[in-house]
Formats: sequence, C-alpha cells, structure tokens
Amino acid sequence: MTAADGYVLIALCLIPLGVSMLLFLVPTSQRSSVIALTGISSLAMLALSLYVFFKYAFNGEQFQGVLAWTWMQNVGLLGEKGIQFKVGVDGIGASLVLLTGVVIVPATWVTWKIQDRMKDYFILLYLVTAGVYGAFVILDLFFWFLFYEMALMPMYLLIGVWGSTRKEYGAMKLMMMLLAGSIFIFTVIFALFTHVGAGTFDMVTLLNAPKDAGFQKIFFPLLVIGCGTLGAMFPFHSWSPDGHAAAPTSVSMLHAGVLMKVGAFGVVRLGFQMMPEGGAFWAPALIVLGAGAGLYGAISALRQTDMKLLMGFSSVSHMGYVFLGLGTFNAIGWSGAVLQMTAHGWMTALFFLLIGGMYDQSHNRDIPNFSGMAKQMPIWSIFFIFASMASLGLPGLSGFIAELHIFIGTFRSYPIVGGLAVLTAAITTTYLIRILAQAFFGEMNPRWAHLQEITWMERAGALVLAIAMLALGLWPSPWIQRIAPSIINIPGITL
Amino acid sequence: MHDILGNALNFNMTLLLPEIILAAFAVLVVLVDMFQKELGLKPPTLPILTVLGLVVAGGASLAGIDVHNNFGLLVTIDNFTAFFRITFIAIAIVLVLGSHEYIEKHVNHVAEFYALLLLSTVGAIFMASARDLLVAYLGIEVLSFSLYIAVSLAKNDARSGEAGLKYVLLGGVASAMLLYGLSLLYGVAGSTQYGEIANALGKSTEDLRMPLLLGLTLIVAGLGFKMSAVPFHMWAPDAYEGAPMPVTSYLSVTSKGATLALFLRWFGGPLLPAIADWQWMIAIVAMLTMVVGNLVALQQTNIKRLLAYSSIAQAGFMLMAITTMSDISTSAVLVHLGGYIVTNLALFTAITHFYNRTGKEEITDFRGLSRTNPYLATVITAGLFSLAGMPLLAGFFTKFILFQAVVQGGFLWLVVVAVVGSTVSLFYYLQVIRQMYIFEPEGDTTRWGISGTGYLTTGVLLALIVFIGIQGAPLYTVADRAAYDLFPQGVVRPAASTGAAPAAAPAAPKH
Repeated sequence: MTAADGYVLIALCLIPLGVSMLLFLVPTSQRSSVIALTGISSLAMLALSLYVFFKYAFNGEQFQGVLAWTWMQNVGLLGEKGIQFKVGVDGIGASLVLLTGVVIVPATWVTWKIQDRMKDYFILLYLVTAGVYGAFVILDLFFWFLFYEMALMPMYLLIGVWGSTRKEYGAMKLMMMLLAGSIFIFTVIFALFTHVGAGTFDMVTLLNAPKDAGFQKIFFPLLVIGCGTLGAMFPFHSWSPDGHAAAPTSVSMLHAGVLMKVGAFGVVRLGFQMMPEGGAFWAPALIVLGAGAGLYGAISALRQTDMKLLMGFSSVSHMGYVFLGLGTFNAIGWSGAVLQMTAHGWMTALFFLLIGGMYDQSHNRDIPNFSGMAKQMPIWSIFFIFASMASLGLPGLSGFIAELHIFIGTFRSYPIVGGLAVLTAAITTTYLIRILAQAFFGEMNPRWAHLQEITWMERAGALVLAIAMLALGLWPSPWIQRIAPSIINIPGITL
Repeated sequence: MHDILGNALNFNMTLLLPEIILAAFAVLVVLVDMFQKELGLKPPTLPILTVLGLVVAGGASLAGIDVHNNFGLLVTIDNFTAFFRITFIAIAIVLVLGSHEYIEKHVNHVAEFYALLLLSTVGAIFMASARDLLVAYLGIEVLSFSLYIAVSLAKNDARSGEAGLKYVLLGGVASAMLLYGLSLLYGVAGSTQYGEIANALGKSTEDLRMPLLLGLTLIVAGLGFKMSAVPFHMWAPDAYEGAPMPVTSYLSVTSKGATLALFLRWFGGPLLPAIADWQWMIAIVAMLTMVVGNLVALQQTNIKRLLAYSSIAQAGFMLMAITTMSDISTSAVLVHLGGYIVTNLALFTAITHFYNRTGKEEITDFRGLSRTNPYLATVITAGLFSLAGMPLLAGFFTKFILFQAVVQGGFLWLVVVAVVGSTVSLFYYLQVIRQMYIFEPEGDTTRWGISGTGYLTTGVLLALIVFIGIQGAPLYTVADRAAYDLFPQGVVRPAASTGAAPAAAPAAPKH
C-alpha cells in the first residue's frame, strides 16, 4: 500500500459517519431513500475493505497507507506532533477491516425489515460502524479512543429501543460494563502519554519510545481488563450473553461479529505492541483466562435453552480461544488468534442473522419448543447447519484453520492447556449437535407450521457470510501472508 | 498618581469600559421599566435592552484582548480577564435569548431580574480580574447578593423563597469564613495585593505556618461553598430546585465559572508559593466532590436536582486542576470550563422550553419526548452525553485534555476517581434518555415546537457542542493564551516525563 491508499482508510471511517449525518436530513417517511443510501454505502464499504485487504502487502514497513493531519499542536500539554488524525494499517488491522466490511453488508440488508423508526436505527448503527472502522485504522491514541467510545455510545439506544427480552436490563448492563472497561483504557492512555513524555498521542511514536519494564508490568494488565471487557474475556464477559440476547439482529451481528474484536485488537495494539515486556510477563495469565473462558463458555452453553443466550456463551468460549492464542506468545498461536477473530466474527454474525430471521416470525427462540425445522425451513436450516459446522471446527471451514493454529501454538508452549483446549472443542461439538438434533430433525412441531422461509435479503446476507467463511477455510494463505509479518515485528515473540 | 509606597497608579477608566457599560445598562433597565407606561413600550423591550447592553459590553471587551495593563493596581486587564469577560457576557446573552418567555411568565419583577443578571455579571468579571483581595471580595459579594435575590424571584413557588433564604444564610456563613481566612492571610503576608502576597509567602518562615494553614483552610471552605464543593455543597440542590430555571442555569455556569476564575487567580498567583500547604486540601475536596456528587445524583427524581448534583460532580473535576496548579492544568481546565458552560446552557435552555410547555420538571415527565418533540430530545440527549464525556461531543475532548493534564501533574489516582465518577454519571444521565426514547408518551401526544429564539439558542449551542467535540483546537488555543497570562514568564513548566508534582516556583509580580 502507498500513502495515497490512506485516503481509502479515511473513507472507511468517514463514509459511515457521513451517512449517519446525512440520514438526519432524510425525512422519516422516505424509507426507499434510506434503503438506497444505506445499500450503496454498505457496498462501498465492502468494496473499499476488500481493496485495503488485497492491496496490503508487507514491504518492510509495519504500518502502511499512513496519512496524518495535525489536529492540535504546541498548545497546553501537547508538543510538536500533539494530536493528529492519523491513519494506517498493519496486517492485523487489514484483516479486521475486511471482517467489518463483510459483516456490515448483511447487517444492513436485514435491517431493512425494521418498520419502527428505521432511519433512526441506521443513524445509530452507522455510528457504531464508523467507530469500529476507526478503531482498526487509526494511529493516534486520542482519535483511537474517540472512535472506540463512539462504537459503544449508540449501543444503549439500539438495544433499549429496538431490542427484545429484558432489553432495558441488557442495554444498561452492557453499557455500564463496557464503560467501566474503558475506565481502564483511559487510565492506560493517560499513563502512557505521561510516561513517554513526548507530548504526543501518535501511536507510532509511543510504540517506538522506550518504556520501563516496571511501567509495562503495571499497566499491561489494566489494559487487558479494559479491552478484555469489550472482548468478552472471562471473567468480564457477563454483559455479553444478556446484551446479545436483548439486542436486535443487526446489532447482535455487528456487536458479536466485529465490536468484540475491537477489544481483542486493543489488547494486541495497545497491549502487546506498545508494552511487549509487560505482555511477555503477563502472557501466562492470558493463557489461564483464555483456556478458562473457553471451557466455561462451552459448559455454560450446554445448559442454555434460549438460542441467542447459547450463542452469547458460545461467543465467550470462542473469544477465549483468541485470548488463549495471544497468551501463547508464539507466532503460530498468534496468527491463530487473529484468524479466529475473523472466523468467529463471520460465523457468529451468520448465527445471529439466522436466529433473528426466525425470531421475527415465531417470537420464540427456546430450543426445546422446536423440532423438525429442517422440513419447515430448509434453506434456513442449511445455513444454520453450515454455521454450526464452522463453529465446531469442521475442516474446510473458517473455524478449523483458526483453531488448528491456536491448538498447535498452545501445545508448543503449554501442552497441558492444549489438551484442555481440545476438550473445549469437544464440548462445543456437543452443544451444537444437541441444538441441531433437537430443533432441526425429528418430528415437525405443528405449532410452527405458519413459519415462512427467511426472506431473500436474509438469504443473500447469509450467502455473503457463508462464502467468506468458505474462502477463509479453504484458502487461508492471503490472511496468513498479511498477518504473519506484523506478528513477527512484536519484540520477544517466539516462532 | 502614586500610592503611599510610591508605586505608579494608572486610573484609565477605559480599561473598565465593559463593566461600566453593564452597570449603566442595569440602571437603565430599571429606569425604563418604571416609565414603561409613559414611554408606551411593549413587553419585549426589557430583554432587547438587556441584550443590547450585553452586546455593547461584549464588543468593548473584545478590545481588551492582548492588553496587558492594570487599573490602579486593583484590577488586572490581561487575556485571562478577557477570556472570562467574554465568556460571562456570552452566557448572559444566551440566558436572556433562551429563556425570556420563561422570565416573562414565571418570574416576579422582570426588570429587576434583568438588572440583577447584568450586575451579577459585573461581579463575576471582577472576581476574574481582581488583583487585590478586597476587590475580589467585593466581586464575590456583588455576584452573591444578586443571586440571593434572583433565586427567590420565582412566581407562585414556595420552594423559591425557601431556597433564597437557605442560600443567603449559608452564603453569609461562607462569606464570613472567607473574610476571616483573608484577614489571616493579610496577617501573614502584610498586604492585600496579589503580587505582594506571593513575595511574602515565598519567604515566609515556619512560625507563620499555623496562621497560614488556618487561613488557607478558611479560604478553601469559603470558596468551596461558592463552587458547591463537598462538604460545602448542602445549599446547592435546594437552591437549584427552588430557583427560576434561568437562575439555576446561571448558578451552574457563571457562578461556578467565576469561582473557578478566582481559584485560579489565587492559587495560581499569590498562594502558589504555599502549594505544599494547600495541595492536599484541594485534592481531598476534589475527590469528595466527585464521589458524593455522582453518587447522590443517582437517586434524584427531579431534573433540576439531578443537574445540581451533576454540576457538583463537575466542580470536582475542575478542582482537580487546581490541585496540580500549573499553566498546563490551567489551560486544560479553561477548556473544560468552556465545554461545560456550552453543554449546561444547552441543557438548561432545552429544559426551560420543556417547562414552558408542560410546567413539569420531574424526570418521568420526559416520557416519550422523542415522539412529541424529537428536536428537543436530541438537544437534551447531546447535552447529557456531552456531560458524560461521550465522543464527538464537547465533553469528550475537554475531559480528555483535563484528565491528561492532571495525570501530567502527578495525580493519576485522582483521575481514576474522576473517570469512575464519570462512568457512574452516565448511569443517571441514561435514566433521562431512557424516559425520552424508550417509553411512549402519556396523555398529550401531539407534536409541538419551541419559539424562534429557542431554536436559535439551542441550535447554536448544539452546534457548538459538536464543534468543540470535533475541532477543539480554537478553544484550546484561546484557553492556552489566557492561562499563559496567569503564569508570568519564568515559571518552570513541569517536566513532561517525570510525572512528579509540578515545580512550585513563586510567581513574580508582572507589572
């Protein structure tokens, strides 16, 4: 990528933000304009995300497409570089940009079903999208935190107004827990700025500046707690099942699919890249938390009857793999962690899309109430089974390649934990097979005879996600090529 | 002319032109009201006259930018003064424009109300510009007495009189404490001039430490009362609740801003050499203020009381910057003050218009506002989110800078308390937002609008909230220039990398 490609990165932040502002001007009654505007902009975001991903090629520079505008300098506590609007991606960022682009298109399509205040919904949803893109591409701590918070802020209203089951409780819990997490991030950012003392929030400067080992050891765990809360890291995950169960479909998709990865990405960018010595010191703790989360989430999922709660706990379990992979602190475990972010993002988005498509008609998602759905809704069932297979790690699908890397990495560093992780995968298979056996096969429950097949927009959205999952599963080398050089740049990482 | 010590004195009246204009218009407003019938004037005359006076005075204060002079060694004219002059005058303009309908309907003695508004602005400006303890004290009393009366002016509301009485009694006690503290300070330093005090404290000996500490404690208590800092905040919720809406708004912005200005002038100037004696006091008061303000706000049901406690908590944020007194923290707190003023004015103007229409002020009365008046709901939401420090809005940027400056001054733990408090605050702000957006309206569900001046003021303020949130550089630059004048050249900027407490160099008199 050249510096000129930085404009594409900026466009990725500004398109959703601009659409969100534009929608203020569109009259609520004009649904077709809202649909046209969001349809075009979401496709544009997908196209630009693909462009960024395929244009990124490692050439010795860690960050590519770097562009910076000075926003504030030489005033008060700010020095020469001060606060800049600076963009740029490394390989990890590029793959997460693609993840976002693929999720936002189906999320937009399924939202067109909403009848009540659809315009307001999109205003908030696209603010979240802008925040997520910003968190992946921005290289200035001030703006990074701004976009990070921007991704959280609309969640309360999105869930509280448009959600289902215990929506107010879920919305408030999610909001308060995530903001409690950002207290820690806030603290780390302030401490980092003061410790480096260069008077700048520029991430590249902060990354390269020498930092005391003691400082890193104190502040790395704080950052992991802060970002880990958003990443649904055990034991800071409890907002996630409740929040996802309450959220409307596209919010669940975006939140579980992408926003949780912002948390994990924060651990990588602000944690391991900025404070590598602290990271190396605390990596065993991440192993414990990650393996614990995997096991805990999977066992909890065994007991759930609400489909969305089950997926919420399943997400906790899968995000546990991500933290496990980061904790191995070796290259293969790390590339597994980054692949798992993408794989889990698409897989869980597909799950939530499908559950939403069914729930809109049945207003029920209790697994024991269903049986024989494969007869009533075959296409829906095929996609659901496809997502389940990816989730339990069937070779050829996205989940397999990611988990394989993580398991190999874990076995290299901590063989016993590796065994536990494989056990977790077995439990995952159990709860997924259980839901498939219960809900999809067997006698058709006549209570659901009125259910229709999911809509064409939902089928198209599911297809987009399924293709992406298949691509990652069958041919992961484009991802690995981009991720690996960025990982090797982290000081102290083993091969 | 020279004083008895032989210092050259300068009595150039043009330096005080804005204050003179404001006072003259205050008299004029009362006079015009007396002869309203004879002159055949219609109701909107008084607000128009008030705004005219404010605009003229504002224009005159623009001439005070980059002037470095003093009036008879009593009043300093510098960028710090200019910053607060323009701020206070702008606040008064917004108040009159945004709530003249309310004042017409719900306030006794309209003309006196406008006159008091102008006079209290004069008092507030003198608090920011004084360079002598007595002038500063007079400024405090001009502001306070105007407000004691203004608080009790609400029509047909028993709470208003009660609030006024409570405010005047407690205010009197606070003034007494402050005066006693100032007299002790005079005893230690031997002068009421800021510059002389700084010199004297710079070389004061150990045996004067007890009276100095006692004096400082009393000064902190007296000013803490005006700032509504815990534990001197008891008057604030009652006064806020009972006062007419624009006065509540005024209490939360100008009164607080003027006290902050005084804090900065005193603790950044004459009292800076004694930083070791007062730093811990202010740190404790700031911490208590943030904790108590945010926690008690959680259980409020009345919007005015809620905002009263939220503004108590905000006072705590501002006091943090006093703890780490330096030019960095001063410019940061001025930025924060700017954002806070704009946000609070937007909120209060919107709530005033809500009250004009419904006559209600409980939080549950906001039920379904997003259906009946989506514009007002947006303004209130933006205001509350800005106070909570959400991005793209003023509060995010100003808090970020303020907190970073305090960490720079070596008080990371205080900032952690502040960030936790700020997260707690989101919870009670969301209670209001929840009523507006999640619930359906009850009773009258027709769409309604607000007056033209209402749209103008709230629109401008909303735009400013977003503008500061996106492009805060102009505000920061202005604040930095104002702060620069407060700290004469020669003060060592705290080294950025150490994270230690700022160097407390004595401030040399500038003129």
